[in-house]
Amino acid sequence: MSDEVIKNIIVREDEDYIINMGPQHPSTHGVLRLEVCLNGETVNYLTPHIGYIHRSIEKMCESDTYKQIIHLSDRMDYLSSHMNNEAICLAVENALEVEVPLRVKYIRVALDELSRIASHHLWWSAFGMDLGALTAFFYGMRDREKILAIFEESFGSRLLHSFNTPGGLMHDVHPNFQKHIMEFVHYFRKKLPEYKQLLTDNVIFHNRTKGIGNMTRETAIAFGVTGPSGRGSGFSCDVRKTAPYGLYDEIKFNEILHDKGDSFARYLVRMEEMEESLNILEYVADNIPEGDFTAKMKPIVKLPEGEYFQRVETARGELSVYIVSDGKKFPYRIKFRSPNFSNLFVLNTLAKGGLIADLVAISGSLDLVIPDIDR
Amino acid sequence: MILDIYSFSTLTASINKELHAAMAPWLAVLTEFVLIGLLFLLFYAILGLFLVYLERKVCAVMQNRIGPNRVGKWGIFQTIADFIKLITKELIPIKNADDFLFNLAPFIVIITSFMVMAALPFAKGLQALDFNIGIFYIIAVSSLGVVGILIAGWSSNSKYSLIGAMRSGAQVVSYELSVGLSLLAIVVFSGSMQLSTIVESQANGWWIFKGHIPALIAFVIYLIASTAEINRGPFDLAEAESELTAGFHTEYSGIKFAFFFLAEYINMFIVAAIAATLFFGGWMPLHIDHWEAFNRVMDYIPSIIWFFGKTFFIIYLIMWFKWTFPRLRIDQLLNLEWKYLLPLSLLNIVLISFVVLMGWYF
Repeated sequence: MSDEVIKNIIVREDEDYIINMGPQHPSTHGVLRLEVCLNGETVNYLTPHIGYIHRSIEKMCESDTYKQIIHLSDRMDYLSSHMNNEAICLAVENALEVEVPLRVKYIRVALDELSRIASHHLWWSAFGMDLGALTAFFYGMRDREKILAIFEESFGSRLLHSFNTPGGLMHDVHPNFQKHIMEFVHYFRKKLPEYKQLLTDNVIFHNRTKGIGNMTRETAIAFGVTGPSGRGSGFSCDVRKTAPYGLYDEIKFNEILHDKGDSFARYLVRMEEMEESLNILEYVADNIPEGDFTAKMKPIVKLPEGEYFQRVETARGELSVYIVSDGKKFPYRIKFRSPNFSNLFVLNTLAKGGLIADLVAISGSLDLVIPDIDR
Repeated sequence: MILDIYSFSTLTASINKELHAAMAPWLAVLTEFVLIGLLFLLFYAILGLFLVYLERKVCAVMQNRIGPNRVGKWGIFQTIADFIKLITKELIPIKNADDFLFNLAPFIVIITSFMVMAALPFAKGLQALDFNIGIFYIIAVSSLGVVGILIAGWSSNSKYSLIGAMRSGAQVVSYELSVGLSLLAIVVFSGSMQLSTIVESQANGWWIFKGHIPALIAFVIYLIASTAEINRGPFDLAEAESELTAGFHTEYSGIKFAFFFLAEYINMFIVAAIAATLFFGGWMPLHIDHWEAFNRVMDYIPSIIWFFGKTFFIIYLIMWFKWTFPRLRIDQLLNLEWKYLLPLSLLNIVLISFVVLMGWYF
């Protein structure tokens, strides 16, 4: 453990004024319990208690084939289900040295970016709601619906679409896939100014988020805070840039970096990421080549003995998969490094000394998905 | 010059006369009290249900939704169904709560909002009590509501409730000052605290137009401060849903919760009605000096329609805030009051006194 982490270890005193935020609380976005010690309205310290939605996904993976694991990985970060699938698929494909068709790579990138935008939509909606701007929720959901409609058309499901499979995709996308992506890009470019009017330019919103939850680059690195939350502190951690996978080394896009490190910087990173994702989508949807939707794979995938590792960028940060195989059809051990787990534990450092309202503004800006923390 | 055909005073005077002819004077007065009380209760219930329905529809418009549309045509019976649900729900007893205060709190909140209603001039000749210190009475009574909120938070034996109640206390005590000072602006203009006199003084134009910039400043301050005083968004810190789950009424259920809920909406009506009375002429039709024909036409619209039209316009403004802005933080809320609104309203009083002394208003 680094010094940064050690000095944040806390000991609870008997006379502390404790309130439990959660497991049922509107702003923890799931079954997370924050044990908050207060002094009046000021947060002295807080301890996150996790495990309320632990489903032992990693252990279950040890008795499933690689194709079945895909369906379990959906259930971790349900808003980045496509990226979770992709992490396992890429790990297996690299292990077997399978070259997936170009069409698959393009479609995967398109789905990555669509999922990212949909996830940021939900974050934006929920963040607005955390700060009391209830109308934001419906604006975000309105636009997210368009993306979910694209998913539904191609895969039949809207949230957990388990569309990837080692070697490619389950089946080909709907013929209207490209057309609808382009329609969405044009639609959402028109709608983004509304987001700006409703929250980004609002004075109260600025007061609530600017200078709140300051996270330095060193803190971000020490706690392993990745994704937009880390990039808001100037920590260049976009796996799409640092360790490109799929098609990302061929596509031109910018890594969004802000160096203020407060809630507003994290907010801006996500807003600009949505625009950047639109650019990527525009390029990708225009250029999806014809071809097979999957490479030739054996019905039962067996990984050769050894250890395999793959990183992907989900909507919340870096997801890593570490597979140990003993040559059988099940993995010997599988370990996920989920972004939310690291992002959650920086919360005490950021929220300490602030007010309860700040705590909500900070945890909202970290964009936590609880099932991904517990797995 | 105002038409008497729509005046309610002829109606009330004749009822008074009949009652006095039929029974002893004390009995007649008692009957009148009971009648007025019943009328207010009825009005209160209908208004509460309607305002909840209105809020849901306005909020739906703001959020690209349709709003309630299942119970009855356009969902007009939705709030009645909700109300039936609320009164039939179980009242959950709270462990280690102070039962007496816990049960008393909703009544304090609802009674204070009820008491303010008595002084409002709803239409020409339709006012239960016409004090010579009407505005003073309104300010005094409406500030009692916070006692109920504090008691609710204290007696619930819940930390969330306590924090909510403390926030509410700090907030209401602060914003009371600005509300009082901005109302004082109109008192200076009209030279009276009696609500009927203030309304009469706007017969040749409403104060918001006649009073130039100071009246406009006073109105804006009043709108902000009164929204804060009734704990509505963006100042709904006392029940900040995302921070304190439901704030001071977290532990209340069933009809006791409904009382808090109802009182919130009635308070919204009251602050809107006061704003309408003081700044927009109350039941007084829109009159412009020397435009006799125009004034004549305006007079044909009944005064009760003028009053409710203006009130609901301001209610719409207040709802608009709530569904657009994020919530403030407690320190920002107090900063806004003590560092900006209060000095501004004090300055405004000086400005108004100067304007009145110089006679720079119509």
